[in-house]
Amino acid sequence: MAEAIAFYTLAVLILGLGVAVITTPKTVHSVVFLVLNFLCVAVLYVVLRAEFLAVIQVLVYAGGIVVLYLFVVMLVNLKRAPEAHEDPRRLARLGLALSGAVLLELAGIVVYSYGRVTPASAPAAAGPLTGAGNTEELGWLLYTDYLIPFEVASVLLLVAMVGAIVLARRES
Amino acid sequence: MEITPAHYTVLSAALFSIGVIGVLVRRNVIIIFMAIELMLNAVNINLVAHARYLENLAGQVFVVFVIAVAAAEAAVGLGILLAFFRNKETVNIDEMNIMRW
Amino acid sequence: MLDTIVIPVLKIAVLLNAVLVAVTFMVLLERKVIAWAQSRLGPMRVGPYGVLQAIADPIKLLVKEDIRPVRADPMLFTLAPILSLVPALVVFAVVPFGGDELFYVTDINVGLLFIISVTSIGVYGIILAGWASNSKYPLLASLRASAQLISYEIAVTMTLVSVILTAGTLSMVGIVEAQQQSGLWFGFVQPVAFVLVFIGGLAETNRAPFDLPEAEQELTGGFHTEYSGMRFALFFLAEYANIIVISAVVTILFWGGWLRPFPNVEALAFLDLIPGWIWFFAKMFVFLYIFIWIRATLPRYRYDQLMRLGWKVLIPVAIGNIVLTGVVKVLL
Repeated sequence: MAEAIAFYTLAVLILGLGVAVITTPKTVHSVVFLVLNFLCVAVLYVVLRAEFLAVIQVLVYAGGIVVLYLFVVMLVNLKRAPEAHEDPRRLARLGLALSGAVLLELAGIVVYSYGRVTPASAPAAAGPLTGAGNTEELGWLLYTDYLIPFEVASVLLLVAMVGAIVLARRES
Repeated sequence: MEITPAHYTVLSAALFSIGVIGVLVRRNVIIIFMAIELMLNAVNINLVAHARYLENLAGQVFVVFVIAVAAAEAAVGLGILLAFFRNKETVNIDEMNIMRW
Repeated sequence: MLDTIVIPVLKIAVLLNAVLVAVTFMVLLERKVIAWAQSRLGPMRVGPYGVLQAIADPIKLLVKEDIRPVRADPMLFTLAPILSLVPALVVFAVVPFGGDELFYVTDINVGLLFIISVTSIGVYGIILAGWASNSKYPLLASLRASAQLISYEIAVTMTLVSVILTAGTLSMVGIVEAQQQSGLWFGFVQPVAFVLVFIGGLAETNRAPFDLPEAEQELTGGFHTEYSGMRFALFFLAEYANIIVISAVVTILFWGGWLRPFPNVEALAFLDLIPGWIWFFAKMFVFLYIFIWIRATLPRYRYDQLMRLGWKVLIPVAIGNIVLTGVVKVLL
């Protein structure tokens, strides 16, 4: 029961804030809604017993990536409205239709697979997923089974860092 | 009222669709980036939910990677955006067509 | 019902009120200490030795007129002070003031990470305040502040990794228990980490000598120039609540929390007569005092010096400390 209340509240918040992100005319407001959306997703992770990911979501997404967006919004000080010009060849209707198709397809998948995914045990009976230390087990997996993806991800971050610095630097 | 993985899948699909609509309909590149972040989050919700119900932590491990990729994407994407803005004074994606043909 | 709802809610209510009262007296303490450092008397008019000034100040701020600039963004202008205060208060949920369950709201297994991540949300209040004011100096100040906060946050987080390595847990209570077991406060095991976290803490709370976001002489007051009355007070509450958080976290991580000095030396067992929470508050008070002392003593950094210190000194030293801790941990 408690989980149901938490889920529906969070789902409404997440979807509402998501709609707000893509419909608000002011970019700064969009960024604020995005932060709130990510915080709600973090709470949803806590409901799903992924405490470490919830904290990382807040730390990396809300505290890092979105601050970057806010910075860029402030640096990109526009003299005219960003959406003033429209490409005459732009196919916005087709875009909406395609998004509708994606939604339909996802709905189809959900309906088709409903009931076919059998949980390993009933969620109500399942205790804490990982006992005391979600963080320890995740770290253990990252450094054993997923060591190579982990290293690749760190190289990717390094490349991104160098790339961002090269791109953002003014030519002297 | 039991919450099944299907509930989370529906939530995730809806959030993903919101992201898709944002990317396809808006013309401000910053908003488009944010819509992409929404889609990544939708995927993450799905992964975490199924990691819980299948009692397998692999899903959570993948979320860590998705977050790392999202951080890299945001850094490089916004870097490109700033470099472009310095040259053309715009963030409208319809005006970013100098490399199109 | 009683254990899951009533008692936590009571604890939270007591804690929030205690923090807010502590903040008002912290302001009074700061004015007094700085006055003594400068051979003045400080506030003397309200109550004996000006003690009631701590009550007079909030009353003044509450009844002041609340001014909003015409061209400010109404939604963000209202939201910014709230966004800066709420994270500062939420952090107290995982700060243990004593070993007994009575003295903390909750002990979660990612406590330290929770503190790091929630404090990183506070930067939005500052950025949005500067942006929403639609005014030149607040915007400059908020860009400065956010760059400073993000840079020092990296240094502090990196440093805390070495503490986590030493303790082997992320739970705040667990970290103190680890110190009890090893018989040494981590301040003696990780002196470099302590210095880095304290410097980073000064920078993250925008305190002197890193108070560039509020540099009156260059920015007419900083990111909250356009704020007045209670909205302004919220920013100050957040700043001082953050100082209390940093002092409490440093006390827990490095100076044994509620433990007496040398927790496993039998000869000093008579010190256990003093309850743990008194030890905790005594240690925390020392750090609060040092915060004020530093403000009264040191001149302000220049902005490029601040950035150089953060990126070229603190972060490399923090990474070196992690490596060193790891090597020592493997060898022992």
